[in-house]
Amino acid sequence: MTTSLVAVQLLNGVEYGLLLFLVASGLTIIFGVLGVLNFAHGSFYMLGAYLAYFIAERTGSLLFAALLGLPVMVLVGFLVERLAISRLYARDHLSQVLLTYGLVLVFNDLQRALFGNEVHGVPMPRALTGSVALGEMQSWPVYRIFTSVACLCIALLLRQVILGTRFGMRVRAGASNAEMVEALGIDVRKLFSALFTAGAVLAALSGMLAAPLTTVYPGMGEGILIVSFVVVVIGGIGSIKGAFAGALLVGIADTFGKVLLPGVSSAVVYAVMAAVLLFRPRGLLGQPALQR
Amino acid sequence: MNASRRTRVALLVFAVALALVPLSGDRFWVQFAAKMMIAALFAMSLDLLVGYAGIVSLAHAAFFGLGAYLLAGLTNGAGLVSPLATFPLALAGTAVAALVIGFLSVRTSGVYLVMITLAFTQMLYFLFGEAPGLGGSDGLYVAQRPRLSAFGTTLLDLGNGRTAYFFIWAALVAIYLLLARTVRAPFGRVLAGIRINEARMRTLGYRTRRYKIAAFVAAGALAGLAGVLDATLYGFVNPAIFGWRQSGLVLVTVLLGGKGTLYGPALGAVLLGVLEHFGEKWTAYWNALIGAVAIATVLALPGGLAGLLRGSRG
Amino acid sequence: MRTPLSRRAVLAAASAAAASAMLPRRSFAATKAKIKIGLLLPYSGTYASLGNNITDAMKLAASEKKNRLGGREIEWVAVDDESDPAKAPANVNKLVVGEKVDILTGPVHSGVAMAMMQIVRQEKTLTIVTNAGAQPITGSLCSPNVFRTSFSNWQTSYPCAGVMLKDGRKKAVGMFWNYSFGQESMSAFREGFTKGGGTIVKEIPVPFPTTEFQANLSEIASLKPDAVFVFFAGAGAAKFIKDYAAAGLMEKIPLYGSGFLTEGVLGAAGPAANGIKTTLHYADALDTPANKKFREAFKKATSREADVYAVAGYDTIHLLAQALDKVKGDTSAEKDLIAALEAARTESPRGPFRFGKTHNPIQNVYVRLVKGGREEVLGLAQKEADDPAFGCAMAT
Repeated sequence: MTTSLVAVQLLNGVEYGLLLFLVASGLTIIFGVLGVLNFAHGSFYMLGAYLAYFIAERTGSLLFAALLGLPVMVLVGFLVERLAISRLYARDHLSQVLLTYGLVLVFNDLQRALFGNEVHGVPMPRALTGSVALGEMQSWPVYRIFTSVACLCIALLLRQVILGTRFGMRVRAGASNAEMVEALGIDVRKLFSALFTAGAVLAALSGMLAAPLTTVYPGMGEGILIVSFVVVVIGGIGSIKGAFAGALLVGIADTFGKVLLPGVSSAVVYAVMAAVLLFRPRGLLGQPALQR
Repeated sequence: MNASRRTRVALLVFAVALALVPLSGDRFWVQFAAKMMIAALFAMSLDLLVGYAGIVSLAHAAFFGLGAYLLAGLTNGAGLVSPLATFPLALAGTAVAALVIGFLSVRTSGVYLVMITLAFTQMLYFLFGEAPGLGGSDGLYVAQRPRLSAFGTTLLDLGNGRTAYFFIWAALVAIYLLLARTVRAPFGRVLAGIRINEARMRTLGYRTRRYKIAAFVAAGALAGLAGVLDATLYGFVNPAIFGWRQSGLVLVTVLLGGKGTLYGPALGAVLLGVLEHFGEKWTAYWNALIGAVAIATVLALPGGLAGLLRGSRG
Repeated sequence: MRTPLSRRAVLAAASAAAASAMLPRRSFAATKAKIKIGLLLPYSGTYASLGNNITDAMKLAASEKKNRLGGREIEWVAVDDESDPAKAPANVNKLVVGEKVDILTGPVHSGVAMAMMQIVRQEKTLTIVTNAGAQPITGSLCSPNVFRTSFSNWQTSYPCAGVMLKDGRKKAVGMFWNYSFGQESMSAFREGFTKGGGTIVKEIPVPFPTTEFQANLSEIASLKPDAVFVFFAGAGAAKFIKDYAAAGLMEKIPLYGSGFLTEGVLGAAGPAANGIKTTLHYADALDTPANKKFREAFKKATSREADVYAVAGYDTIHLLAQALDKVKGDTSAEKDLIAALEAARTESPRGPFRFGKTHNPIQNVYVRLVKGGREEVLGLAQKEADDPAFGCAMAT
């Protein structure tokens, strides 16, 4: 590979990694604070994408779809937490896995009943179509630049919220010691509910952002869910910084794997994960003390 | 004590009833019942891991798949037909894979383990789906069903539906008895201790990780046996059996039946199989129904069917 | 409906001597009894819309025949195969052994087809494959009782090589989903392209069903081939087309593919698909009376547009009707029925149709071009294409 191709592939890897981070961040926050492993996270991603398609087709605007769709996802996230997830906080991992696995199956069929089995394209906002030339042959779509920047902005915003606001403080406190937070008079129920909803919205937002790139189709949530798991495991469960590092690592490893080892590229990210775990069983930035 | 004796009698009646299914002479129902028994064996093997050792693994479908593929590979590639050769080799192969995956996974616990085992399953799914040398995405036929012959006469032909049925029946009964004994033996007690409080077991001087890996290997090998039997029954293997949904489904089976009881998960497998056979005819949303069953079990029936039976009788 | 039937069957069999099950299963088929047609198709999951279109087209054809084949009323027995090969052996048995269907049709997924082949070869059930294009079905696993009304993967991709070479593209990159459909399509293309004097610069397998293509698109841009041949279908195809266009490659390196690249995804792909050339044994826009009549009738019956999948279902019933009329509905006359099917001809919506020696269709393959968001037919890529049928004893 020439240096310029390596540079382009690096760019591709980072872009993919940034989108993965957006999906994985919600997963890792929910686990870090609520202690719940949420398989339905991929379903939220899928619902977001389908809402983007459904609304954008009727209104002609992806922005509008996001403005209308995200409140819907707030409601979905809130209801799922209240009706199902909130009963899991004291339960073991098996219950969590099974309940959220059940949710995946239900959401899949719900999607089928509501939106059908067809593949749908979602048009990009007109201002973001087209591509930027990088040298003679290579060019890069504007929309990918947009999603990368958007993901970076959201990542920075997340950091700001968690480090710089009262809500973020409670989240951090909740992550390290939930009983203590409760003793301080903070309503943990509300905190958890808000956080889970936020996670669902983050996943849906990623789905919406990705929809014009990926098209929407049945089962789109499961593929991304499993890669997000890999990201979270590599980064260290519960660590947002870790998820960021993990997402970039997976994005870059996957990109170069595809080019250098085409026949076995799908195994590359898992091999990376196994290697990380061999040396750091709790992930790159996982806390060994945190016994969840 | 009373309830447990009643359970034992019920299980005995159930086992005898299963043995009588081939008398119906209907090939479809015989094969259907055989499939249920394999699912029951598969669920029981996971119960050792989940219900006794408290390890929630999503790699179980991978071991089932490996067992099935190993049988196909040994038959097609090495030309081995005798179950005396293929079965132990396939089980050993699965056990080795379980040892490697278990070694890497059991270093962690809880939710890490769930995700890591899921990732390994996915990796194997891709491996078997993509590599044409391993049959590729369309799968493989088992060229010849396992057959035991000596001095020119066939002693055991598992290509015969009825013979295969009785073989599977015997395997199910034997494995149940073996597992029931194992969980009462010191090994099983240690596993239960680890599930309840691993730190304490460690301070008591048990090398808990070794026990967990041992449980992982034993459960994996038995899942491999279920896979071997499946490949024997159908003569066809396909990478779809590695899917993470299969792993999820068998977990649902274990919890629905009642984890930590052995017979519960077996019951769960039969119930789900029967439900599926009839349910698929009247709903196109069968998977959502399974999902609803999973959610309802977690929320309303944490003890599963076995818990329900015990609750109403004892 | 079916439950009591099978329960009765169990009781009857149980009370009779166990040996009764060993009797040949079609010996009791009275000519006046209903003819049972099994449908092993996906009605849920990714391929559900294909399953529905095949089914509806079969029922449309049946209604044109007053729901009778060879004088016997049709009874449909459908099983949702979910396109899940793990469940396939049990599902096939449900139809073949449990329901004892006279004729089995389906499936879409070739993994399911492999499971089906194994059972019907053993049970000798007359089987019509209505979609799955796997080579072994009419190749290494071919069987006198198995016919196919859809296509072989070879037929959809081999002719594409000739089209590319005729366009003057001698250096190609191949990119495909790394599962059997993709692998077989790629190998058929490779065979045709290298035989015709072209060189394949690089083959890029992509794990199925992942759809992250960007890295490989950058690679293609740096390889600068004359053209790119791809195999993707459904959601992946739509995404690939959009990615390819967004990477600015559509104007620089023309895109070719098996027809499944553009089947059913033009709406999702939008203007990005313009300029793609593909080869397939059918095109929605085929300007023949048979096609027009079929498409109108299908639209009227289902209020959906017909597609290549529906065509296979439609032809299946018409071919069966011809053959069964010839044997007067007697499905127990296996040899005559098979001979009648072999001799059947139909003016299909796709053009003239007949079965080849291996029971795979001999059919025209067309060159199609996407223009203004619609598929246009440019002409024939290969007239009366006949699959080479690697490894089938019936071929000679």
